[in-house]
Amino acid sequence: MAVTDRVQPPPPDTNPRASRGKSVKRLAFSQKVSKWDVKLSPYLYISPFFLLFAITGLFPLLYTAWVSLHSWNLIGGQGDFTGLENYAFVLAQPFFWNAVGNTFSIFLLSSVPQVVLAIAIAAVLDANLRARTFWRMGVLVPFVVAPVAVGLIFNNLFADQAGLVNEILTGIGLDPVRWHSDSLASHAAIATMVNFRWTGYNALIFLAAMQAVPRDVYEAATIDGAGRLRQFFSVTVPMLRPTIIFVVITATIGGLQIFDEARVFDQAGLGGADRQWQTLTMYIWELGWGQRNFGRASAVAWLLFLIIVVIAMANFLITRRIATQGGRR
Amino acid sequence: MSSIPMIEQTAGKGAARAAQRGLGSRRRGAPGGTARRPGFLTYGFLAAVILGSVFPLWWSFLVGTHDSSVISKGVPLVPGGNFLANAASVLDTIPFWKALGNSVLVSTVTAFSVVLFSTLAGFAFAKLRFRGSKALLVFVIATMAVPTQLGVVPLFIVMAKLGWTGSLWAVIVPGVVTAFGVFWMTQYLRDALPDELIEAVRIDGASMIQAFWYVGLPAARPAAAMLALFTFVATWTNFFWPFIVLDPSNPTLPVALQLLQAAHFVDYSIVLAGAVLSTIPLLLLFAVAGRQLVSGIMQGAVKG
Repeated sequence: MAVTDRVQPPPPDTNPRASRGKSVKRLAFSQKVSKWDVKLSPYLYISPFFLLFAITGLFPLLYTAWVSLHSWNLIGGQGDFTGLENYAFVLAQPFFWNAVGNTFSIFLLSSVPQVVLAIAIAAVLDANLRARTFWRMGVLVPFVVAPVAVGLIFNNLFADQAGLVNEILTGIGLDPVRWHSDSLASHAAIATMVNFRWTGYNALIFLAAMQAVPRDVYEAATIDGAGRLRQFFSVTVPMLRPTIIFVVITATIGGLQIFDEARVFDQAGLGGADRQWQTLTMYIWELGWGQRNFGRASAVAWLLFLIIVVIAMANFLITRRIATQGGRR
Repeated sequence: MSSIPMIEQTAGKGAARAAQRGLGSRRRGAPGGTARRPGFLTYGFLAAVILGSVFPLWWSFLVGTHDSSVISKGVPLVPGGNFLANAASVLDTIPFWKALGNSVLVSTVTAFSVVLFSTLAGFAFAKLRFRGSKALLVFVIATMAVPTQLGVVPLFIVMAKLGWTGSLWAVIVPGVVTAFGVFWMTQYLRDALPDELIEAVRIDGASMIQAFWYVGLPAARPAAAMLALFTFVATWTNFFWPFIVLDPSNPTLPVALQLLQAAHFVDYSIVLAGAVLSTIPLLLLFAVAGRQLVSGIMQGAVKG
């Protein structure tokens, strides 16, 4: 920065605000302006975010609760106040509970292995590698592929007839899996897509956290006679605790809202012939834009919001426990 | 999968040997500080991971270069010569060029506005003193945990009232500034912009906005580039909201891909040719700026 030549304090009589030509009044006015400038500018600069969040984040979320208490369709708009009727309706729907189950199943299949694998990849990337940047970029490639494109590609890999995965399975003497009709198999396929896109990204986050661990902690562990594995579980994992919590929470908030990959897993986009892989967000879409019933869609959205809050809190507590125990082992 | 390769090659290497080596002398050594180069198994594991990352893309390219009749008998492991024909079918089915233009426009505008407004807010949070700044920043960070996607029904109602449904405004406006961006810029400017610099230009008679423009923005440039990159990728790959609010005649690329799939569900060669076509722009971006993307993720992680 070539500002050092400016550090000299300006000589008193060249101060722009006190130059002799100006009247006292004028001086007072410009000082006032400057005072307000200092006072108000910060609020002005942060206002775009708060305005936008109010209009597109907070208001819609609260308004969702309002809409959910009314009979409301896409064409007619707001109808009568119906109280909790929409909630009663969706809670009585088998499809709602089906969607809850599917969402959790896909979420678990796509978050637990992902975090474990991401930590493993990070541990390997943390070694003293040649061509470090190449490996790091390599694991990040899937991140720039849109989830919809990922969905289409894996759809073909997991095709029931003549898909590559089934070809390999039959090739080694196993039965082909019915990825598009069997419920759990479809969840595994969709979870694979999520894992494909996010594992490398999270591995880099863990890698950054690993590199922030002071190396003398490892030295101390080595001197105490801990082997590599023991160091990994007794030093690295506990040190990663805040990062693990962070990744798990973000995976929860994103994972419970999964839509894209599941939406394009078949043509109709309702989650299979028997809704085998219909997630809650897909169910919101079906109620709101398929059946044109905004009231019921909002009821499900609000229920999903509550679920996310509860699970995120639970995850926070569980992760904290697990990571702490890892340190005590 | 687990880190078995790492375990096998490291188990049993006694701590004593490592200790003799004068460990920890290398700042970026492996855990334990040994300067020993990792072995074949480590690279094998990594190679498998990279293969898993790249193979699906390579596969979609393979499928996209063949004719559907060939695909149904199993995919040959060499590219065929049918890519242009498949691409032509893609262009016939969906308004591909329009979608590409829309995606470029939406992602570029969003990236620019996120950088501008986030830097502005970050400048205020990091460098200006005002009442309630701490609480407000905490609030910004807290909003990151709010699943705003779930406000999708009222957001749609609002857009319908404004008459924006079907127009790109509906996709651009909700994303012009993000909590992540504000937080990112605040963190960066805290260290990167010395207070003395702002004081200096203020003494020279610059107004606040001039101080931001001539000192704040230039100082924020490296972080701004990363934020722009991230925002661009995130906007480009976004599907749920554009899918709801845009018309099939005026889509972004992911929405167009979904249309392509609806039209040619079993025609894998055409569908995957479309997937390849839509991914190429981002792969090019990745080739140019992948390094920055990697360091951006890693920097954000440490600070976050």
